[in-house]
Amino acid sequence: MSLNIEQIRALFPVLHQEVHGKPLIYFDNAATTQKPQAVLDALTNYYERDNSNIHRGAHALADRATRYYEETREAVKEFIGAKESAEIIFTKGTTESINLVAQTFGRKFIGKDDEIIISTMEHHSNIVPWQMLCEEKGAILKIIPINDAGEILFEEFEKLLSPKTKLVSIVHASNALGTINPVKKVIDAAHAVGAKVLLDGAQSTSHLEINIQDLNCDFLAFSAHKLYGPTGLGVLYGKREVLESMPPFMGGGEMIKEVTFEKTTYNDIPFKFEAGTPNIADVIAFKASLDFIKSLGKPAIKAHEDSLLAYSKELLTGIKGFIPVGTASEKVSVLSFNINDMHPFDVGQMLDAKGIAVRTGHHCTQPLMKRFGIEGTVRASFSVYNTKSEIEKMAEGIAQIARFKNK
Amino acid sequence: MSSIKDIQEEIVSEFEILGDDKESTIFYIMELGGNLEAFPENERKEENIIKGCQSKVWLIADEVDGKVHYQADSNTDITKGLISLLIRVLNDRRPEEILKADLDFIQRIGMGSIIGSQRSNGLASMIKQMKLYALAFQTKQNA
Ligand SMILES: Cc1ncc(COP(=O)(O)O)c(C=O)c1O
Repeated sequence: MSLNIEQIRALFPVLHQEVHGKPLIYFDNAATTQKPQAVLDALTNYYERDNSNIHRGAHALADRATRYYEETREAVKEFIGAKESAEIIFTKGTTESINLVAQTFGRKFIGKDDEIIISTMEHHSNIVPWQMLCEEKGAILKIIPINDAGEILFEEFEKLLSPKTKLVSIVHASNALGTINPVKKVIDAAHAVGAKVLLDGAQSTSHLEINIQDLNCDFLAFSAHKLYGPTGLGVLYGKREVLESMPPFMGGGEMIKEVTFEKTTYNDIPFKFEAGTPNIADVIAFKASLDFIKSLGKPAIKAHEDSLLAYSKELLTGIKGFIPVGTASEKVSVLSFNINDMHPFDVGQMLDAKGIAVRTGHHCTQPLMKRFGIEGTVRASFSVYNTKSEIEKMAEGIAQIARFKNK
Repeated sequence: MSSIKDIQEEIVSEFEILGDDKESTIFYIMELGGNLEAFPENERKEENIIKGCQSKVWLIADEVDGKVHYQADSNTDITKGLISLLIRVLNDRRPEEILKADLDFIQRIGMGSIIGSQRSNGLASMIKQMKLYALAFQTKQNA
């Protein structure tokens, strides 16, 4: 079923504005997506009607807020096909989710000379926490190489695996290139040597159907703000037995069972990992984002986004000086490119002057840029509310910019 | 030679002609970069890069007959255009004149909203570095 994009656009207030006197074209969706009215309403409703602290007050408001908060946890569980909602932990975002695993699972189970494997195309948030852990523990970070299209070399990955491998942490879909990694194969191969697997789902969860039980990964990290949801909220999924084996992340309220000055016993999962008053309003509003995605269906969203990606490639490939970066056969709707020897900043600024929002630079993937021998790219990333006519406008703009440079 | 004030007036009126059209303004700034003197290859090194700019900007200065002569380059065309404006205003002047200069044209043409906050910070770093060179030459002249 194809979607009615005009109807969908009507749900997003932010899209209906002018920038520098031109209608806004928002192509920075891999950085963060816009929010439908239902999410904004859920936020105001919460503060207007239900605001109270959860899991503690014995009054009507606290009860309501607690119920809504836990309903989102249930919705996230369904969204990724987890076995039980206790496996869903709310965090600040993908970054915090990964750091949580590094600081708890990592510190407990990864020691001297143990190995952690990541890929060349990781976001800094899936590099730095492991470097910090390796530094602390004397563990070793190994890197899966990629080909020129931006795909991991699976045989090279297999060669890196050994009984020393304790964790493989890999991005499901690359934010800089769009590459969808063959994660099922990666997970199975890692498990075969007894390693655990963390998937960085920051970019994949908005485009791809996720069934965590089929995938069988041990951890999945993602951010609500890339899923039409509020900022400052993310999820860490972990398998029950793995989460239970891990020490807590932060100490405080909510995460305890009983505290005496002699000894504290910890609460059960997921609360063990949610110390302090959580981000209640955003968690509650996140349910509206998940409902929005469900109402459209991810296959329909992906089909629309794929058609935008294909169309943009078709229009841009003809432009003299257009250099695509990341040409994997399996991609989410991310188009990374350069124009001749133009600096991506300049291209971005010129597109901005046309009302077109793209991201420019290294996209928090400096080692990946280095692999391609470039400083950065221009990245246009498409979402369900983007249209072909917006792509045509971008292509015209880029053609003009390329002509300016070539003259 | 026109005064710093006169040149700034000139620039302001050039930008006034472009009006609110952000696109033409950006294209214009990029074209201005073409006015820069060729930058000596052997000076394209780390120590000549201005700190605080997102893009790379190389800046050097010489003293010629008691006046400061600047040369600069960048890896982005917009930044080249920006620095060419600064050089047009400040080049080949006595250090004290440069140090006293109030570069109000930047505000008057609304550069902040044309180039955005990141690049505005970079522009401020460029001005600071140009003034630092002037200060160094002034100190030397007075020694
Ligand atoms: C692949 C990937 N991983 C991790 C992150 C970090 O997400 P957040 O900044 O929401 O913590 C991002 C966000 O840009 C991303 O694209």
